[in-house]
Amino acid sequence: MTIVEADSAKADEPEADSKKPSSDRFNNIAIPVGTAIALLVIWQAGVRIFGVPQYIAPAPTDVMGVFASEFPLLMRNFWPTFIEALTGFFVGNMLAVLIAVAFVHSKFVEKAFFPIAVFINTIPILAIAPILVLIFGPGMTAKVVIAALICFFPTLVNMVRGLQSVSPQTLELARILSASKSEIFWKIRLPSSLPFLFSALKIAATTCVIGAIVGEWIGANVGLGALIIESTFNFRSPLLYATVFMSSGLSVLLFASVSIAERLIVRW
Amino acid sequence: METSPQHNLEGRDLAASLNSASVKFGDLTALRDITLDIDRGDFWTILGPSGCGKSTMLRLVSDLVPPASGSVEILGKSTEAARLAREFAFVFQDATLLPWRSALKNVELPLEVGRKRGVEVPHGDRTPLELLELVGLKGREDALPHELSGGMRQRVAIARSLVCQPKLLLMDEPFGALDEMTRDHLNLQLLDIWKETGTTILFVTHSIPEAVFLGQKVLMLMAHPGRVKDVVDIELPMPRQIAMREQPEFNKYCGKLRKLLEEC
Repeated sequence: MTIVEADSAKADEPEADSKKPSSDRFNNIAIPVGTAIALLVIWQAGVRIFGVPQYIAPAPTDVMGVFASEFPLLMRNFWPTFIEALTGFFVGNMLAVLIAVAFVHSKFVEKAFFPIAVFINTIPILAIAPILVLIFGPGMTAKVVIAALICFFPTLVNMVRGLQSVSPQTLELARILSASKSEIFWKIRLPSSLPFLFSALKIAATTCVIGAIVGEWIGANVGLGALIIESTFNFRSPLLYATVFMSSGLSVLLFASVSIAERLIVRW
Repeated sequence: METSPQHNLEGRDLAASLNSASVKFGDLTALRDITLDIDRGDFWTILGPSGCGKSTMLRLVSDLVPPASGSVEILGKSTEAARLAREFAFVFQDATLLPWRSALKNVELPLEVGRKRGVEVPHGDRTPLELLELVGLKGREDALPHELSGGMRQRVAIARSLVCQPKLLLMDEPFGALDEMTRDHLNLQLLDIWKETGTTILFVTHSIPEAVFLGQKVLMLMAHPGRVKDVVDIELPMPRQIAMREQPEFNKYCGKLRKLLEEC
């Protein structure tokens, strides 16, 4: 029975690998955080030493000051963008997944609609955004549509690949077990596609924020995009910088949420 | 649901019977005129040069590839009827486990699917858990495939193949990707399982010693087009032991098969 033991020892190796010593984990956090702090200090010193006017480049302390004093204003503009980005994320990805399923099930549907999907994807989002704002008006709808559109294509392509990623031998196994089409879909194809879906969702988590902000640039009274335009035109640079950090914070939040969901769901 | 044994004219109890069966892929003849009777409970190994249609033959028997001419019967039924009755099971070279399912859940897969296509899923005498124990994976039932070694994954695949208690087990180079130590161990274990379950086994391999060690009969195929070259009876005593490989008798068979293979 020694062979069995050798066998299981081999299998245990990767598990042992993933448990890193705690000093490693500390370094993983300390090194990037230290670098970021150092860069902020250099920025602060540079602006002060060379006497750069605040409207050209505000010092980090100015930006932090605005974060404190204008926090209610920032949050008032954060929520609309958050809702637009999140709704666009769900609508765009949902549509992409459903269409990917249709593509995989019917070669005809794929032939008919894939070129159109590619064509829509080739139109720069900045070029199509004004058209969508004209169609849907200055409310939230246009921003949601733009955010959905920007998520759509990467998810469609990844999801189609994911659904087709089942090995021929696994399909032969399904055939020998006389599995029906729906059993193959729910028990084999869909779970196989999840790693592909999540890599697309990670892309979408950041691009949907871009979509919402681009929509707000073109016509909106509220939202981080509107605030960016407004503070730029009024030379309120510290507020502009604070808004930009707020936008990237939103992207980070969505990205982290998708990553956590991925870790919980895709455990293989 | 025990099917009554099928007897042909000679009164033999046949697991599978091929009657001048041929397989074509377009213009290419993969198998030509295969006629073969496989008795129930026998252990056959299949050898032959690359491209001789060893895998195709298993796919023909398992209803994955239709015969272009001739016929194939399993326990006296058509291959389709046998598939729907789960009379046979297939073990691939790759373990083909679903990576998101635990070892136990993978073994249970055959019990979950097929009803919509009219399969009356037979439950074997052994539960999935007992089968994992049979293949030596007691205690690892909750492990995901990526947490198991290659040999362990293949043992899960074997447990899965046994869950409906098939009367015919088709194995397509199941140990081909494993290291020699693991392979020896699994060969012995497979012989034990064969003895315990009384199933019929068709086992494709590239390795001459493996074919001699496992098989009661070695079917030698030749290529272009794939056809039967010879059937060699291996008259080594059962149960087989690793030490037998040192014996001159064993090497005599290996030499004979090697010569046959060179002629192909």
